Amino acid sequence: MRKNILRLLGENARISFREIAERLNISENEAMEIVGEMEGEGIIKGYKVIIDEKAVADNVVRAIIQVKVRPEREGGFNNIAKRLSRFPEVSSLYLVSGGYDLQLEVQGETLHEVATFVSSKLATIDGVISTATHFLLKKYKESGRILHDEDEYERLKITP
Amino acid sequence: MKDSKSRLEGKIAKHIATLPRSGIRDFFELVNAMDDDVISLGIGEPDFATPWHIRESAIYSIERGHTSYTSNLGLLSLRKEIARYLAQDYGIEYNPVNECIITVGVSEALDILIRAITEPGDEIIYHEPCYVSYAAEIVMAGGVPVAVNTREENNFALDPEDFRKAITSKTKAILLNFPCNPTGASLSMEQKKQIADIAIEHDLIVISDEIYSELTYNERTPTIASLPGMKERTVFLHGFSKAFAMTGFRLGYACGPAELIEAMMKIHQYSMLCASIIAQEAGEEALKNGMREMLKMKAEYQERRNVITKRLNEMGLKCVTPSGAFYAFPNITSTGLSSKDFATRLLCEGKVAVVPGTAFGKCGEGYVRCAYAASMSDIYTAMDRIEKFLLTI
Repeated sequence: MRKNILRLLGENARISFREIAERLNISENEAMEIVGEMEGEGIIKGYKVIIDEKAVADNVVRAIIQVKVRPEREGGFNNIAKRLSRFPEVSSLYLVSGGYDLQLEVQGETLHEVATFVSSKLATIDGVISTATHFLLKKYKESGRILHDEDEYERLKITP
Repeated sequence: MKDSKSRLEGKIAKHIATLPRSGIRDFFELVNAMDDDVISLGIGEPDFATPWHIRESAIYSIERGHTSYTSNLGLLSLRKEIARYLAQDYGIEYNPVNECIITVGVSEALDILIRAITEPGDEIIYHEPCYVSYAAEIVMAGGVPVAVNTREENNFALDPEDFRKAITSKTKAILLNFPCNPTGASLSMEQKKQIADIAIEHDLIVISDEIYSELTYNERTPTIASLPGMKERTVFLHGFSKAFAMTGFRLGYACGPAELIEAMMKIHQYSMLCASIIAQEAGEEALKNGMREMLKMKAEYQERRNVITKRLNEMGLKCVTPSGAFYAFPNITSTGLSSKDFATRLLCEGKVAVVPGTAFGKCGEGYVRCAYAASMSDIYTAMDRIEKFLLTI
């Protein structure tokens, strides 16, 4: 049941308890309880909105930054990753396999702001070997949602 | 002008001229004349586009220039994939070489099968309310359709005794469609066994149209074709339209005894030649890699079913919980309206399109079909509108 509720919330975090209950054939109270439990246990950490940033007046500049770091003898990548995650400019952070170690998503109001963050804050941290900054130019899909327009396709209204 | 019209009408074969057109057709024209604000629960096909990996494989077929005819029976690689799928998921084994034919939708499979077995005057038993084509297909093949009514108190399953009573010396076959369009009904194992016993006793062919079988929300009982003594008299009809949301690909198949498949192949060969190779290659992709997407769609249908049956029952339209397909078939007799009046008034006043039960047979009077192959938000809006409409009558 938890898995089903998480699936529904993943598709639409604003789904009503009533709809969850009706879809899954449980009572509204049960739905509320289960969601509350998962919030309490930290399984649900928060609810996020997907925004078409073009439509918002404030400029947002986003970049993906690939960071190579030197792991520590004790703690490996954890300490440096935790430290980086505290910066509010960092919106997400992953330890990844492959040619670099940490992948960060950073956002700021201007190109300059992001560049400054990288050169003055990120690159100067002890243990950071190198950084590669990729500014995002256009979003096509986010969190499973396709963001580019697709032509509406009209089906027949009645079929056998 | 009028003269030439009646002259041409006189040339139309009598059995076609007297064949009524589908009740859905009339209603379709009414709905089409309405403005765009109508929410349709009248659509008997998935509202999902075909999963992307299947569409992509069709594009790839065209890119590689796979644009030719195929063998009349269809691509052997697809038939092998079907045989594997049926063995694994349905527990029944067919030889892909001579016990399987690929058709243009399950509709064509049904058509050529009925034509292959029907001689003038042969009776074929089917259950109503049912898909609109069955009786017409039998008539067009020169046979006599014999309808057996299914009833709400049996959850619209076919009562084996009703089937037995309909058998005469002219009965050639029985046509089953479970899960059923428009009722969403399924057969229990016990009912299947009893129907199988009667078919064996009277040496009848069994046509089992299982186009909705993946969309079974409780545990799926084995196909009637897999029961002892049944494989040699049953033709299992299936296709890709509903489970894989591939209606526009027009791809179906029939599996059964080699003699029957051979007879069907002759009609298919002289009329259709083969199903589109592009659709066939896409179908192969669906069976190989499409199960996850299919199960996702099924879960969504099941949730919509929960919502729609709960809401209909709450507003006083008694509705059996459908165990399969994507149709709810509520009883509307409490409104005092006929199916047709209910559907027409709901369309014009409530702006929701449903199909009158009578489009699926006379015994569909008192019911309407609500397809839940519509988005959840449309279903919610439609339910609110129906609830409001009920207060006005």
